[in-house]
Amino acid sequence: MCRLAAITSNEYLNPMECIGALETMHEGHDGSGMGLVLKNLGGELAEFSDYPVLSGICSKDGLYTLEEYLFHAGFRLKHQWRPALKPVKGVKRRDHYFAKVYDYPEEYEDRSREEKEELLLETRLTLRRMGEANGSITVFSFYPDIVTIKEVGDPLQLGEFFGLTDSRLEAKIIFAQGRQNTNYDINLYACHPFFIQGFGSMTNGENTAFVPIREFLASRGFAGYSGYVSDSEVFTHILHYAVKKLGYPLHYYKDVITPLGEDDLKRREDSEALSLMRVALRPLCIDGPNVIIGFTPDGSCFMVHDAKKLRPGVVGGVRGRVGLVSEECGLESMIPERESAKDIFPMKYDMVIVSPGAQEVRVWNQLYGWTTIMN
Amino acid sequence: MESAVRLDHNHELTVKDLPYIVLWREDRCKRCGRCTAVCPMYAIEPSVVTRREVSSEEASPTPKVTRKTVIVVRQTTDIERYCTGCGACTLVCPNDAIEPVFNPQHKFLFHKNPGGHPYRRGGRRNDPRESTLDHLKFTRISMLTDPALDAGRHEFRIRTYLGRILSPEEMPLRVKDGKLEVMTGNSRFVPPVREIYPVMIGSMSVGALSPTMWEGLAMGITYLNEVDRMPVVMASGEGGIPPRLLKSRFIKYFILQIASGYFGWDEIIRAIPDMADDPCAIEIKYGQGAKPGDGGLLMAEKVTKLISEIRGVPQGVDLPSPPTHQTKYSIEESVAKMIQAMSMAFGFRVPVFPKISGTRTARAVLNNLLRNPYAGGLSIDGEEGGTGAAYNVSLDKMGHPIASNIRDCYLDLCRQGRQNELPLIAAGGVGKKGGLAANAAALIMLGASAVSVGKYMMQAAAGCFGDEMNRCNVCNIGKCPRGITTQDPKLYRRLDPEKVAERVVEVFRSLDVELRKIFAPLGRSTELPIGMSDALCADDADIAERLQIGYVC
Repeated sequence: MCRLAAITSNEYLNPMECIGALETMHEGHDGSGMGLVLKNLGGELAEFSDYPVLSGICSKDGLYTLEEYLFHAGFRLKHQWRPALKPVKGVKRRDHYFAKVYDYPEEYEDRSREEKEELLLETRLTLRRMGEANGSITVFSFYPDIVTIKEVGDPLQLGEFFGLTDSRLEAKIIFAQGRQNTNYDINLYACHPFFIQGFGSMTNGENTAFVPIREFLASRGFAGYSGYVSDSEVFTHILHYAVKKLGYPLHYYKDVITPLGEDDLKRREDSEALSLMRVALRPLCIDGPNVIIGFTPDGSCFMVHDAKKLRPGVVGGVRGRVGLVSEECGLESMIPERESAKDIFPMKYDMVIVSPGAQEVRVWNQLYGWTTIMN
Repeated sequence: MESAVRLDHNHELTVKDLPYIVLWREDRCKRCGRCTAVCPMYAIEPSVVTRREVSSEEASPTPKVTRKTVIVVRQTTDIERYCTGCGACTLVCPNDAIEPVFNPQHKFLFHKNPGGHPYRRGGRRNDPRESTLDHLKFTRISMLTDPALDAGRHEFRIRTYLGRILSPEEMPLRVKDGKLEVMTGNSRFVPPVREIYPVMIGSMSVGALSPTMWEGLAMGITYLNEVDRMPVVMASGEGGIPPRLLKSRFIKYFILQIASGYFGWDEIIRAIPDMADDPCAIEIKYGQGAKPGDGGLLMAEKVTKLISEIRGVPQGVDLPSPPTHQTKYSIEESVAKMIQAMSMAFGFRVPVFPKISGTRTARAVLNNLLRNPYAGGLSIDGEEGGTGAAYNVSLDKMGHPIASNIRDCYLDLCRQGRQNELPLIAAGGVGKKGGLAANAAALIMLGASAVSVGKYMMQAAAGCFGDEMNRCNVCNIGKCPRGITTQDPKLYRRLDPEKVAERVVEVFRSLDVELRKIFAPLGRSTELPIGMSDALCADDADIAERLQIGYVC
C-alpha cells in the first residue's frame, strides 16, 4: 500500500520534510514512483501566486510543441523553475522537468475566476492529449500557486535527483506520496497526488468501486473528469464534484463517499437532505479500504477513511504545523515536538479537517458532529 | 372386412414419437393404481392384456400353453394425453416401479398441433443449454492491497432503489449555516423512491398461480420483511390481489401490475381510499419475455369464484388480455399517459414503471422514459422468462436475451450520465441452472439495479417439475401436479402454503449469504456493485466482446 505524507503549515517548508517522512515508512512503498504537490508557494515562486504554474515533464521535441502551443494560445511566460538535476543511480533522467509561470492571455485579464479556471483546465487537457501518444509531453497541473513533481524512483533518491534540499522551492502545504505500484504499468499519470482546479488528494488502498465511479464522473459532462490511469484519481474528482460543482460544505465529502446507513442517518439533524444525497450520489460511494488525504482551494487539509480501512492514518502536530500521514512513524519524523497523545486516528465515521495555516484541527463525526482538537 | 388402418395402426403414434417414455416395471408393481390416478395428463392407464405362456414341467419338452389375463400400466400414444415427464407417478409409487424417461429421438413438435391448434404450454424456453449468464464469472478478486472481506462477519448492505432518482444537480438542496437542507415551497418535485432488496419475486398473478401458491409467496415475503428485515418485494401480475390484502398494511410489500386487460383494477381503484399504506410500486405491463407480442390469457377453468371477485369479471369465462393497451395509440403515448395516470391515482407517492419484453428496441423505450420525469424505472424481461401459458413458438423463438439487453441499456444510460436515475430491472432466465445468486450478481454488475425472478421461485419454493427439457410445462391447462398453477382444489390442496412460505424465506436467506460470498471477495459491501463490469469475465470470447467485459480461459 502506498505511503502518504502531507504537512500544512503557517510558514514555508522544504519539500524534503515530507520526503523524509516517506523514508521512515519505507517498507510500504516500492520505489515505483513519487508524487509531490506543493501549494501556497514560497521561495522563488512566492511573488507569482496569482499566475498559473504549468508543471510537467517534456522531451526536447515535446518542449518545443508545448511552448508553441502556449504561445499561440496567448500565454506569456513570466518565470520558470527548473530543478538543478543531480545524477542519481537508478533514476532515469528525462529531458526537461519544469514549473513554468505564465501570464493569462490578454483577453482573459478581466475574465472571471471561473472562466480562467476553465481555460487552464482545457489547456492542460489539450497538452496532455498532444503528448500522450509518444510520451513527449506530460503535464500534471496548470493552476496558480501549485507545483507538481512526479517521477519514477525511490522518494529519497528523487529528492536528491531534483536537488530539492538546496532548491528555493518551498510551500506551506506539501503533499507527498511514495508509490507501491498497484497498477499494471508504471505510469506517471497514475502517481498521486492528483489535482484538479484547486483540489488535490492522495490515497492509499484499493478502490474496488472504481469502474462505476469512473463511469459516473466521466458522464458528468465536465472535461476534467477524465484520465483515470489510477483508480485513486476519482477521489480527487469526487471532492471537486461535491464541493465545487454541487456546492456542499467540505465535511459532506464524507457523507458522499461513505454514506450512513438508514438507522444512523435518521439520527442526523439534516437526515432529509442526507437521504436525498445518499440515493442521488449512490454511484460515488466508495468501497475501499482507503485513506484519503486532501486539500481544497482555501488551504484546508483533511483526512478521511472508509469503514474497511483497518489501520487508520494519523493527524497530529502543533499549532501552525500539522502533519497528515499514513503511518505514525512518518508523523514522528515530521513533527517530533508534538504531544503524541493528542494524535488523531480517524475512525469509521470521522473526517479530520485542518484549517488553513494549521491553526485549528477539528474532527467531524458523521454521528456526533464536530469536536475541536486543537485551536 | 377390417380396414388396413385398424390392422396396422398406421396413423397412430408410437411411444418413440413422444418426448417421455414411461418405464414401468411389472415385477415391482403391486397395482395400487396411484400412478394412474395422479397422472395429470392421463398418459398412463390401467389396462388388461392377455398373455400366452408356454411352459414344460417334464424332463423332456412337453409344452403346455396357458393364457393369462393380467393388469398392466400402459402409456397412451394419444398426443393430447402425452406423458409430460413430470414424474408425479414416480413420486407416488411405493415400489419405485415407474418413471418417465426423456426420449431424445422424439418427434413431439411434428404432431402437437391437432385440430390446427399450435402447441401451447407453460414454463420457459426449452433450451437446456447454459444461458449467457452462466458463462459469466467473477474474476476481480481483491488480493493486492485489499484483504478480501469476511462474508460472515463484515457489515453488508445489499439494497437497491426503485423509483426515479433525481440527478445530484437537480436535488432541491441548499446550504444553511454550514448544513444541507431540503428546500421547501416551490422547489422541485422529488419522485418517490423505495429502498428494496435487489432480488424481487416477479409478476405472477392470482389466477395463474393457485391460491395456496400465491398465499405461500405472500406469506414468505411478509415474513422476510417483518421478521428478517429484508425488504423483499413481490409483483402481483395482472388481475389484482385479494381485497383483504389490498387494504392491509402489508400492501407495501407488493408491486401491483396493470396490464392490457386492466383486470382487477376496478377493485384496486375502489380500494384506494381505504388503503392502510401505499403499494411498493405500480408495474405497467407492456410485454413479457416469454411471449413477446402476446397478451395474457386466463382460461375459463381457472376463473373461479375468488378469481372472478378479484378481477371483477363473471365466473368461468376465458380472460384474454389484448397484446397491446387498446386505449392508446403508441407506446410513447401509452407510457406517458399511463405513468402519469397511475402516479396521480396514488398521489405521486408510488413509483410507476413499465415492464417490456427484451427487445432490440429496448433502448428506444428507455430513452423515451428518460424524458418522462415520472417514470420510475424500466423492467426488461428476457427471452428465458417463464409464463403460465403461451404458444411454444413464442416461448422458444421470440424475444431477446436479457444479458446484452441490460448491458446495452446501462451503457446507453452511462453515455448520457443518467445511470443512477432510472433503475433497470432485469428478468428472464435468472437462476435457470440454479445459480440464482451468481446470475443476479452478474446482471447487477452488467448494470441492473434489481433482478426479478419467477420460475426459479416456483421451482425452489414449491418444487415445480418444469424444466428446459419440456418436462411437465402444463401450467396452461390448470392441471399442475404440484398444485402451483391450478385452480382445481383437488390439486392445489396438495400444496401447503406454510411450506411454500418457509421455502421462500430459506431461498432468500441463502441467496443473501451467497451474494455476500460473491461481493466480499470483490471488496464490495457498502453499496450494490451496479455496473461493476471490471469484476466480470466471460469464458466465451464472443460473449465478452458483446458485453464489453473481459474474457478468461
